[in-house]
Amino acid sequence: MGSADAATVRGVTSDTTAASAAAELAALPPSPAVWCSGLRKRYGRRTAVDDVSFSVARGEVLGLLGPNGAGKTSVIKMLLGLVRPDAGEVLLLGRRSTDPRSRAAVGYLPELFRYQPWLTPTEVLDLHVRLARVDVPAEERRECLALVGLTGRAGDRVGGFSKGMQQRLGLAVALVARPELVVLDEPTSALDPIGRVDVRDLVLALKSRGVAVLLNSHLIGEVERVCDRVVILDQGKVAASGTLAELLGQREVRLRLAGVDGGAEDRLRAAGSTTRSGDWFTVQLTSDDDGVTVPDLVRDLVGRGVRVHAVEPVRISLEERLLGILRHEEVEP
Amino acid sequence: MSTALTIAGLTLREAMRRRVVWALLALTVVLLALSAWGFSKLVGLDTELGTMTSGEARLVASLLLNLIMFGLSLIAAIGTAFLAGPTLSGEVESGQALAILARPVRRSSVLLGKWLGLVAFGGGYVVLAGLAEILVVRVAVGYWPPSPAAGLALLAGQTVVLLTLALLLSSVVSPMASGIIAVGLFGATWVAGVVGGIGGALGNDGVERVGTVSRVILPTDGLWRGAMNAFQDPIALVQMGPGEGGFPFLSEAPLAPAYLGWAVLWVAVIWGLTALSFSRRDI
Repeated sequence: MGSADAATVRGVTSDTTAASAAAELAALPPSPAVWCSGLRKRYGRRTAVDDVSFSVARGEVLGLLGPNGAGKTSVIKMLLGLVRPDAGEVLLLGRRSTDPRSRAAVGYLPELFRYQPWLTPTEVLDLHVRLARVDVPAEERRECLALVGLTGRAGDRVGGFSKGMQQRLGLAVALVARPELVVLDEPTSALDPIGRVDVRDLVLALKSRGVAVLLNSHLIGEVERVCDRVVILDQGKVAASGTLAELLGQREVRLRLAGVDGGAEDRLRAAGSTTRSGDWFTVQLTSDDDGVTVPDLVRDLVGRGVRVHAVEPVRISLEERLLGILRHEEVEP
Repeated sequence: MSTALTIAGLTLREAMRRRVVWALLALTVVLLALSAWGFSKLVGLDTELGTMTSGEARLVASLLLNLIMFGLSLIAAIGTAFLAGPTLSGEVESGQALAILARPVRRSSVLLGKWLGLVAFGGGYVVLAGLAEILVVRVAVGYWPPSPAAGLALLAGQTVVLLTLALLLSSVVSPMASGIIAVGLFGATWVAGVVGGIGGALGNDGVERVGTVSRVILPTDGLWRGAMNAFQDPIALVQMGPGEGGFPFLSEAPLAPAYLGWAVLWVAVIWGLTALSFSRRDI
């Protein structure tokens, strides 16, 4: 958590500078794809979003997690200028979100995806390319439809599409105008298992091309597989944020050893705080572990004549961590 | 501006694809055919009721032309109001607006596009259908109105006023309610205009003021009266005689330029209010 906050603070400082010298913006290194600070929104007496700040770096995949009603969609809509925040600031790709040009290179798949039922998918993409003022050749638009598996239906009216196919069209709309940032709000809610895998591959392909992705999803497994960082929202507030390694905390390794002497125990403690239960030793690894701690430890133990029967990494899943955070939050108020 | 034109094109395409155009076309053809039949019978009246004087024939032609133009403007009013009604709130409710407004577009440009598309559709309809009706009358009874272009332009103006109102309503109330309220207000203003005319004919200032006030609040009826004046034969009023000014399908005076200015200002103010309310709305 500590280092996650530090990362956010760094983002704030560099961006405030960028905003104050808008003219020199082009000369600076690329600003984050998304930067938001202190977002707040009330609907009547209910506070939907309360002091939410985070950033998405260029080429980064950020997962937005949280229970229903946590304010995830409200945050996304505020980022895109669809909902007016009561307080707070948003920069998209280096521009204030009050400037429509900030959305020039943003692709968006809304949670509520509906497209003009009287148009064909090809016409919907043409419309969005024109609105985005990007020159995308017809061939590229066709490829975009092929990417989401709609080639065979390119000439049919959208009105006759199933929900899953409309969501696929929504993905194509989000991708068609060569975005630098793609915002996907529950992109797999209407998709079958194969469609979900397609979306995962799509997100990874975007990441490999340096496109930033903001992914809001209930499917924790999906988020864990593709996201670099995660922001967990609960009751409108950021409950936790950080890289997966940071969020999942210290990893542990369990070893079953025989013939452990004092020197070997010292060696174990040197790798991390150690607890013992019979033959089993549990060593907590630090989060900045570079991956050599465990092999080195095993090599040294074997060198000291210790018999190594088993080495098991222990890793809590994002799901366990998420539930832990949310339950903890629920007990607190 | 390119956004506005794109959205205007989209709005026109929606009207075409949703078969609004075909429904209007069918209604219009029925109305034109009925009027052609009626006017041809008018020519034959002299065999049964004795010969009409040329003045009487022009009076009847003027009355009927205005009556049919009223029918056309009613079709246009209902058509555009129900097309404009679902536009903003309907698209926001369904979620269609989300993907569009997340593009690098100003909401006012999207609104301008919608408005231009509806103006082209509604205005185009009344001008074309009205022109067809004028030609039908010309062929049937040989009557040609004194200033057809001004009349058609005022009819189109009336449609613009109503659809601008429907757009404003659609940004604040539900889709269906906005269409109903717009058409209801249109009808109420027309009735108030007729009531005011009767008040004028009876010399009752209080009743006459009803029409005047309603014409200021919603300029549809004032523009309609200007259009009627452009379509009717100048002698028709004289033929009707004094005290008949309350008749709903004849207009006593041409449109005052000041009133035209007011109508333009009215449209601009209502449009501005719509843009303001739409730009502040959470989608």
